[in-house]
Amino acid sequence: MTRVLLFGRLSDVAGWRERAIDPPPDTLAALRELLRLEAPELGRALEGPGIQAAVDRALVLGDVTLSPGAEVAFLPPMSGG
Amino acid sequence: MIELVEHPFDAGHALNAFLARRSETGAVASFVGLARSEGGWTIALELEAYAEFTHAGIAAFAAAATERFKLQDIHIIHRLGAIPPGDAIVLVLTAATHRREALDGCDFLVDHLKSRAALWKKDHGRAGARWIEPTGRDLADAARWEAAS
Repeated sequence: MTRVLLFGRLSDVAGWRERAIDPPPDTLAALRELLRLEAPELGRALEGPGIQAAVDRALVLGDVTLSPGAEVAFLPPMSGG
Repeated sequence: MIELVEHPFDAGHALNAFLARRSETGAVASFVGLARSEGGWTIALELEAYAEFTHAGIAAFAAAATERFKLQDIHIIHRLGAIPPGDAIVLVLTAATHRREALDGCDFLVDHLKSRAALWKKDHGRAGARWIEPTGRDLADAARWEAAS
């Protein structure tokens, strides 16, 4: 099972903030594809400028392998203060 | 110390506590960021975080600030959840031997919190809600510390 978290405007686009995906995709690219097929608008938003991905709470670049229990978060541009 | 809190906090109380027992500190700098009403249009700001990931990211640039500016101590409080206009969103306190290090360290931390901490800000206004992304100025403010290093 892969746990997927969306933050900021991404959760508004998707209509959800957190969900479990089972069976778990093997790679981040496979997860992106699965989300895109299910919800094209979210798929496009995830590819948008400034969107970062974190796997098990570490930022990743490009595609990576996902362990079966991975936590994947998609992060829009950060804006604190 | 880094705190992410879901409730209002007293910046004055935190500053007084930070000033106590500082016989080797020559300077304490402080910054308080407040929620603005934007002429009555903003009802509340909503701040969202990614729990431990957010805390770890802030801790990493707090460690960088400590080393770079020879800071003796840091206290950051960042509020999460719904924040009405006039309430404090963020408090940054730095202690150092001399003023320049305390002031620059505080400035560095605020710039990094603005666009590099895993926080997302939504404006709930009379005209609807919208997510606020960092401005070009915010990004340039954080980047100037790289150019200067």
